[in-house]
Amino acid sequence: MSKTTTNAPTDPTPATGDEDLGAAGSQLSTAPEDTLSVPALGVIGWARWCWRQLTSMRVALLLLLLLSLGAIPGSLIPQTGTDETKVADFRNANPTLGDVYDKLGLFHVYSSVWFSSIYILLFVSLIGCIVPRTWQFVGQLRGRPPGAPKRLTRLPAYTTWRTEAEPEQVREAALALLKKRRFRAHLAGDNVAAEKGYLREVGNLAFHIALIVMLIAFAWGQLFKMEGNKLVVEGDGFSNTLTQYDDFKSGTLFTQDELDPFSFTLNDFQGSYEKTGPNRGTARTFQADVSYSVGAYGKDERTVIKVNKPMEIGDSKVYLTAHGYAPVITVRDGKGKVVYRDAVPLLPLDNNITSSGVIKVMDGYRNTKGVREQLGFEAFFLPTYTVGSETASTFPALNNPVLNLAGYYGDLGVDAGIPQSVYQLDKSHLKEFKDAKGKQQRENLKPGETMKLPNGAGSITYDSTAEWANFQVTRQPASDWALTGSIVAIFGLAGSLFISRRRVWVRAVKGADGVTVVEMAGLGRSESAKVPEELGDLAGILYDQAPGVSGETEAEPDGVSDSDAASVAEGAEN
Amino acid sequence: MTLAATTELAAATNEHLANLSNTLIYSAMAVYTLAFFAYITEWIFGSRSKIGRTAAALTEGADGKAKAPAVTVKKGGSTAVLERPKVVVRAAAGQRDVPDGPGAHGGDEQGDLYGRIAVSLTVLAFLIELAGVIARAASVERAPWGNMYEFNITFSTVAVGVYLTLLALRKNVRWMGLFLITTVLLDLGIAVTVLYTASDQLVPALHSYWLYIHVSTAILCGAVFYVGAVSTILYLFKDSYENKLAGGGKPGSFATSFLERLPASASLDKFSYRVNAAVFPLWTFTIIAGAIWAGDAWGRYWGWDPKETWAFITWVAYACYLHARATAGWKGRKAAYLALLAFGCWLFNYYGVNIFVSGKHSYAGV
Ligand code: HEM
Repeated sequence: MSKTTTNAPTDPTPATGDEDLGAAGSQLSTAPEDTLSVPALGVIGWARWCWRQLTSMRVALLLLLLLSLGAIPGSLIPQTGTDETKVADFRNANPTLGDVYDKLGLFHVYSSVWFSSIYILLFVSLIGCIVPRTWQFVGQLRGRPPGAPKRLTRLPAYTTWRTEAEPEQVREAALALLKKRRFRAHLAGDNVAAEKGYLREVGNLAFHIALIVMLIAFAWGQLFKMEGNKLVVEGDGFSNTLTQYDDFKSGTLFTQDELDPFSFTLNDFQGSYEKTGPNRGTARTFQADVSYSVGAYGKDERTVIKVNKPMEIGDSKVYLTAHGYAPVITVRDGKGKVVYRDAVPLLPLDNNITSSGVIKVMDGYRNTKGVREQLGFEAFFLPTYTVGSETASTFPALNNPVLNLAGYYGDLGVDAGIPQSVYQLDKSHLKEFKDAKGKQQRENLKPGETMKLPNGAGSITYDSTAEWANFQVTRQPASDWALTGSIVAIFGLAGSLFISRRRVWVRAVKGADGVTVVEMAGLGRSESAKVPEELGDLAGILYDQAPGVSGETEAEPDGVSDSDAASVAEGAEN
Repeated sequence: MTLAATTELAAATNEHLANLSNTLIYSAMAVYTLAFFAYITEWIFGSRSKIGRTAAALTEGADGKAKAPAVTVKKGGSTAVLERPKVVVRAAAGQRDVPDGPGAHGGDEQGDLYGRIAVSLTVLAFLIELAGVIARAASVERAPWGNMYEFNITFSTVAVGVYLTLLALRKNVRWMGLFLITTVLLDLGIAVTVLYTASDQLVPALHSYWLYIHVSTAILCGAVFYVGAVSTILYLFKDSYENKLAGGGKPGSFATSFLERLPASASLDKFSYRVNAAVFPLWTFTIIAGAIWAGDAWGRYWGWDPKETWAFITWVAYACYLHARATAGWKGRKAAYLALLAFGCWLFNYYGVNIFVSGKHSYAGV
């Protein structure tokens, strides 16, 4: 080894890199080279230049950065996709800003033109990156690891010794050793060239391809998805048609034909709750016992739907998302004729299912004078009523249910053609039923009890309590693809980040004095400090097979280390 | 026994456990404070030693005089240890060749002693804090991450655990002790003063084993990202210091004394890369586990909820960082800034989103 291999010590960043390794250092990854050259003239020249830029690492990096920046506004500004009412509130509060946001698509960032263009460009870039990289990698697999560079001393890990063994013998031993260590190795003239860790590239390509699969699956899911809600009282049924839903949302390409044909009936809802301890009142089980049938003439089957355990029919999943109570109410007119009997679902207000709602008697009722009238009742319900806590339930189960009712008569306003909430009364044309003292009549009822309306106007009875469950039916096609893609992505990523790709060369030649000089060198990506360790290991084994000439077992540090500040193998590990 | 009596008894044991947990957390803070002073003492003793040496050697090297090579024998596993050939290692392309600093103690024996005491105290404090976290979990009868107070105490425990694990694996990380313990004290201080919440319930949507998987990996990722961020910040300081030296500048004596003892910028950079890269697949898994859980609980696996969005932003930011490391012209400082940005996203996802933004995750509770 000669002094000429040392770098000029004045150079603060010695050029020890791949540049002067030639072919040996090339293609240790398939990362595209960054070129900033000015394009050749002409349309094709420009097109090619643009394509090169788009598929360069630099642009991929910028697009990734843009993607993360672009995702930010959607998390801070209310989005129509998640909360329509909040968007409306925002628009009312800031009309001018709202208009600006509207123009920029900031109320639906993730489907806006600009956000879509970022990720579409990114994925074009990704495809443009994967295809050539795959070819290049296939080429690398079919070829052989490049032969040793001229000066092995320039490599990041290096060792040498002199031995009495013949060069051919050493090379053969090295070849056998490297092959045994699962390197791809071959003889290349006076040296053995070997490479290992191709799985890194496989992992990396698999990861990027998986990203594409995930994106397509996600986009597909968004376009064809549907989501609808339906509240069902025990004993009632639901069949999967658009008109039956309480609310319904779907992707742009979804059509009604894609609703899976099925129907079900809620037989029984059961909830049980923690009775003691710090989690008192927390739900232990929520489950809905249903009978369902698939298709128009399917036969009835029973199943249980739980929170986090949806019922799956075709591509649809039926989730249990909420539950509450529906007191069974009977309303009679002054003559005792039943004008209304139904279970009325009430909406929970808190964790202990304090609930409220309204009862609307639309027709069939005539007042004492025999005139048609409508009735409305405000209902307030505590499943567990405790003395001292009259306005809120103290436990979510039906321990001591109490229904508080206040009545109205007149016109409910339901015929005006304006859609009305079933949980609210429009009191503009209603009058209160008053008690003897002239205050609004309001009573607490237990199951079986009846409240008499004043002046023989009739009565309202709280018969019993049913429960209701809310079901969310969703259909998100291609979610299996998204899941598969993500699993591949994780494994690909792990392979890409944990496996290091490295090369080892062993050169054995006869020196001028007739003694064989063995040189070994390793090259990996800069992050892998395992390379010198592995090289030392290999060298140790080879050394045992081709022992050093006494006194000459050392690497010659004077040549390399003067200014290149060689450090120990262990020192490089951190 | 009547129902009321059982209730009272259970409540009493739980209250007892909750109080025990609080006592343990305060004790852990006290021991961490002792550890903090021990680390400080280590740094102070370290400054007495002649660290100027390495700096001088570095500048000399730049002047063209030869440095003594630090070559030793590679220790192998077999008997012929001393006869084996030595492996000479050179820095990778484009990197300065600066040896690692000796650590906070600066080679001073007394400093080293204090450093060891500091590490022992850290282990003790860690065990006490861990017991505090477990007591808290037992008192609420669920995993200890139902609100920000619990998240904070669990997070700092895991961060210290990561540090101690690296130490146990004989990684060169003791230099990080002071910085880590300082922030752990800060984190616990905020937890017990601002964020403290008495035991609390979880809403039913949170009941799923995916919760345990998703949140525990999220906490672990955060802790490891945090360790990476500390080393990235120190890398930036050390790198500008080395640049100054290489350019013939004379850094202040405090900077010299302080930064000389840290590992070389190249080592710090490599360490942060390793740490971040090692945990990135786990972070990917965390997000996917969250998506699966959301699919089970809310009927959609991805809905651009603020918490989901910020997890995604964090993920993309770390992907940016990994890409930057493979892109010419972005290695080094620019990549380091990206790593810090990415960690900033993680922090915002935890604190910012809970405090400023409301979404489906808002029951995490401030
Ligand atoms: C959706 C966007 C993308 C994401 C999330 C992503 C993510 C990642 C991640 C996490 C790595 C780290 C693995 C490693 O260091 O080996 C990586 C590596 C890599 N990516 Fe991407 N990537 C994306 C797009 C692209 C594009 C568009 C290109 C092409 C220009 C590209 C080219 C590469 C290359 C060449 C590597 C390997 C770098 C190396 O060998 O160290 N990626 N990518």
